Amino acid sequence: MSNIPEEMRYTSSHEWVRMNDDGTVSVGITEHAQELLGDIVFVETPEIETEFTAGEACCVVESVKAASDIYMPISGEIVDANPALTDTPEIINSSPYDDGWIFKINPANEDELEGLMDAQAYEDSIEE
Amino acid sequence: MSQQTILYDKHVQYGAKIVDFAGWQMPINYGSQMEEHKQVRTDAGMFDVSHMVVLDLEGDNVIDFLKKLLANDVSKVTNSAGKALYSCMLNERGGVIDDLIVYYLNDQWFRMVVNAATRDKDIAWISEQAKGFGVTVKEGTTLAMIAVQGPNAIQKALSVLPESCKSIASELKRFVGQPCGDWFVGRTGYTGEDGFEIMLPETEAADLWDQLAQAGVKPIGLGARDTLRLEAGMNLYGTDMDEDTSPLQAGLGWTLAMNDQRDFIGREALQAEKTAGPAMKFVGLVLQAKGVLRGHQKVLVEGIGEGEITSGTFSPSMGVAIAMARVPAQTAELVQIDMRGKLVDAKVVKLPFVRDGQVCVEI
Repeated sequence: MSNIPEEMRYTSSHEWVRMNDDGTVSVGITEHAQELLGDIVFVETPEIETEFTAGEACCVVESVKAASDIYMPISGEIVDANPALTDTPEIINSSPYDDGWIFKINPANEDELEGLMDAQAYEDSIEE
Repeated sequence: MSQQTILYDKHVQYGAKIVDFAGWQMPINYGSQMEEHKQVRTDAGMFDVSHMVVLDLEGDNVIDFLKKLLANDVSKVTNSAGKALYSCMLNERGGVIDDLIVYYLNDQWFRMVVNAATRDKDIAWISEQAKGFGVTVKEGTTLAMIAVQGPNAIQKALSVLPESCKSIASELKRFVGQPCGDWFVGRTGYTGEDGFEIMLPETEAADLWDQLAQAGVKPIGLGARDTLRLEAGMNLYGTDMDEDTSPLQAGLGWTLAMNDQRDFIGREALQAEKTAGPAMKFVGLVLQAKGVLRGHQKVLVEGIGEGEITSGTFSPSMGVAIAMARVPAQTAELVQIDMRGKLVDAKVVKLPFVRDGQVCVEI
């Protein structure tokens, strides 16, 4: 059974989204996603200050097994990327929801968050 | 319909993630593929390879038969009991039907190990060719096979082998195998490390697995098996070569015995290719940037032409991406790889990348 924290929102492409106190949102991949990918060896994080719309591929996570695009869960501007992933990409495997966050967004429209799945809906989606 | 080896319950018990491989439910890893890879390079690991196919070839004309069937020459091993030979089995067009290992046991008996994914076509082809030689082909369906590999593999395996096998196994030279009772131990493998491949009755396999684990040999999945063999520069059938690929274009020229007039299947086609000069050659690549090389990525050789990666991965031993690739014979020292639309540099190197725990190429 995968760990799916209650306080976050999720996408069908296995990103998680956490609302931060400063109005930004953090994005990473779920425990289920890192299990599917296996050992992660390289992350190409997005450029800061780039804007993407929801659903656009914005960076790449590569494991020994496969390369996987990461999609913008909501529209917005990239305001931060996790510098630790350059030398220790494996923290996505060991701590997908905390140390292994990938980037932060300044949302263009917070209402888009409502369109994402809650923990229960995500759990149901991966059990199908 | 997916099959399970006799060790399936052990894999589940040891925490394996199971995937389908060639119709078999096999462990891809038991947690971390990277750690398993390093375990084999630095200590000892064990692989369930019971899905592979063991064939006993017997008959008075078995030597003549294999001289016709195989592109390598079994005469190289018939002076020494148990000596193993790696060879391609070719079709008339010089394409590779399978790659295999054959152990010489005596003048009437060879034991062959072929790939699981090619089982049916191999047995059909071998049986068809064997007809004219009066050679019987018998599949060892009740055997399990466990490979124990790594710098400490032999010492740890010897500590748990049955008494009847210990002295025989401890005296094996590299690339030699010997029966001991109804077991068979070969000092062979698919990782670039020293070790044994042990064939034994299925009923005894789970006990050996547990005993090896207690001796500190960790279970290793197919994921690490692939990165280990790739670092060792060892081909994977179906990926690096197939029925439409000549061994001359798969880095397997060294396995072809063509110096005498021996008539083997595929010889004429190879001879013609040699005379014309092969258009492509098989090389190693080391990526000069971040990212991971993957099979089927395009290789661009400036001013010369294009090739393709056949196997690529991230090398846990080297910390960079590596690949095996088929490139134009006149390749450059530096080539470009089309990685998801971006062109990145890779260095052309001679295989293998890693042997006996040591990196053999410049990164």
